[in-house]
Amino acid sequence: MSEMKKKSEYLVEVNNLKQYFPIKTGFMKTTPLKAVDGVSFNIKAGETLGLVGESGCGKTTVGRSLLRLYTPTSGDVFFDGERVDKNSIGHMRKQMQMVFQDPYSSLNPRMTVEDIIGEPLDVHKLYSGKGERRDRILELMELVGLNAEHATRYAHEFSGGQRQRIGIARALATNPRFIVCDEAVSALDVSIQAQVINMFEELQEKLGVAYLFIAHDLLVVHHISDRIAVMYLGRIVEIADADDLNASPIHPYTQSLLSAVPYPDPKMAKERQRIILEGDVPSPLNMPKGCAFRTRCKYATERCAQECPTLTDRGNGHMVACFNK
Amino acid sequence: MDNTSKNLDEMPKKSPLSFQIDLKKFEKATDDEKKQQDVMSESTSFFKDGMRKLRKNPLAMGSIVVLVLIMAMIFIVPHIVPYSYSQIITVNGRRDKTASNMAPFEYSQLEQKYIEEGGKVFPHIMGTDEMGRDYFVRVIYGTRVSLAVGLFASIIVLLIGVLYGSISGYFGGKVDLVMMRIVDIIYSLPDMLMVILLSVVLRETLKVDNIAFLQKLGPNMISMFIVFGLLYWTGMARMVRGQILTIKQNEYVLAAKISGAKSGRIIRKHILPNCVSVIIVAGALQIPSAIFTESFLSFIGLGVQAPMPSLGSLANAGRAGLTAYPYKLIFPAVMICLITLAFNLLGDGLRDAFDPKLRRD
Repeated sequence: MSEMKKKSEYLVEVNNLKQYFPIKTGFMKTTPLKAVDGVSFNIKAGETLGLVGESGCGKTTVGRSLLRLYTPTSGDVFFDGERVDKNSIGHMRKQMQMVFQDPYSSLNPRMTVEDIIGEPLDVHKLYSGKGERRDRILELMELVGLNAEHATRYAHEFSGGQRQRIGIARALATNPRFIVCDEAVSALDVSIQAQVINMFEELQEKLGVAYLFIAHDLLVVHHISDRIAVMYLGRIVEIADADDLNASPIHPYTQSLLSAVPYPDPKMAKERQRIILEGDVPSPLNMPKGCAFRTRCKYATERCAQECPTLTDRGNGHMVACFNK
Repeated sequence: MDNTSKNLDEMPKKSPLSFQIDLKKFEKATDDEKKQQDVMSESTSFFKDGMRKLRKNPLAMGSIVVLVLIMAMIFIVPHIVPYSYSQIITVNGRRDKTASNMAPFEYSQLEQKYIEEGGKVFPHIMGTDEMGRDYFVRVIYGTRVSLAVGLFASIIVLLIGVLYGSISGYFGGKVDLVMMRIVDIIYSLPDMLMVILLSVVLRETLKVDNIAFLQKLGPNMISMFIVFGLLYWTGMARMVRGQILTIKQNEYVLAAKISGAKSGRIIRKHILPNCVSVIIVAGALQIPSAIFTESFLSFIGLGVQAPMPSLGSLANAGRAGLTAYPYKLIFPAVMICLITLAFNLLGDGLRDAFDPKLRRD
């Protein structure tokens, strides 16, 4: 299998990734919590895939399983044609990095900025002397717009935006080709968000990294992504080009998500119709049979309760998992 | 700079109701003022910050002073006072039978005679005990023994507890389950009973005659260290494990994992430095409790071997003639109180200064 995949056009390929967590539901009894239930997508080199969905739908878990912070229950992840597993992850760590959501807990309060950014360099021994390490760190700090004199300071002396820049510099230290941005701008306020997002784009142009951009803010995701995948309860329900998805969403869940995006223009906002979903998100411990979304879907039919829709191509690479739309 | 001045002229006329800021009302900052912006507060590390807070705490600083004074006494007094802890007072080479049970600063008949003849006798600051030994030197040596036991026992407890707790907390799952059940079992044993049993058994079985250093300490001291090491690390291990479980959740640990760091590096670089403040505090509070246990053991006769004094055994001996010579109980008891109080207050001060949860600025 892996030999055949060798010359792939994709940098990252995810095939039917499943991640279940055992949850104790009684004495000596566990029920699997299906955080991610059969997710497949591809990312080309230098491309950005946005991943959106509401809280608890498994976006973060996808990112973390991808980088093997968890051992996936089943499914394959290929990086640059090579299967990611326990043995190969060691040398892949250099190529795949992550930027975290919370700029406050993602930096060790007992380390200076220099040591935080230098940690991946230390782990992979990417320098031959103290001077080279220092040069590389200062270069990275300049790249993300931090002053060189900040190198000896501690993380708590910085603002949220600056901290996120430190986190990004750390992710870039090993010259990765793929970065998972796990809600990387959600914790920042809007003006800082714009700065950081623009920086992500600039870095992509300069260094050619690919992003998996996880977020719940559709506007942000639309701005940065080439393609967008929409997740609901552990499954991808729609995946399409960013503009295509924004202009003509097909899946009822995507439609309602898009209708909830706040518009900056009050006139437009008034005219627009909001699709309000009824009911709550079902518990991932007790998922409905068939299509997970049918309990809240106004188009649901008998068939939705029987079988689970798979992603089908509706032209132009616009994939949707729905029988009725 | 050019940019703003250009904009200043091009600014459209401000309409009366707009919130637009009138740039003409602003002055340019002088170079001096700009320089002031550059000066920021000095970068402080967590440790420096904690020490600064500790220095502001009068109780903690007072305890440090008291402890330093006691330490200084322990080292200096045996060199100044011409008596040793086991030496019965002799005058002119003759054993002084009248020198027992003297009050502080009292001289025996033989000594008075010797002074009258022009000889010099060092005063007995705390009097003498029932065998005619200088009590001041004995109390100082007792303090030395008690402090040594307290410090070493805490170090042993700290080492075992931190190692055990961090392994258990970091690896979690089944490892944690098994390791913590072992701790529960040890924790559930009645510890005083175990201490007494172990120190009796160890005293009989320990062979320390071969090693000169250990011989000097005596089998009782060694057994006491072992007993503390075996029994009292459990509390420390539990606390460290709890700390590590919370620190493990932080995203910087995930970040280190993603960077490819091994478990050892993560524990060393990320987890331990972040719980070190709690460990320091717990260690400081462990010392008085070890001293207290040692005193208690010596009091019931299981502690250090005679003629080596410890504060507990001195207090026990002082109990015998309580009505006639109350100072013989008071001196060692006051010493125990001073040491435990000072360490407790210091521990509290350290916690206030270093525990991030208790921070209030």
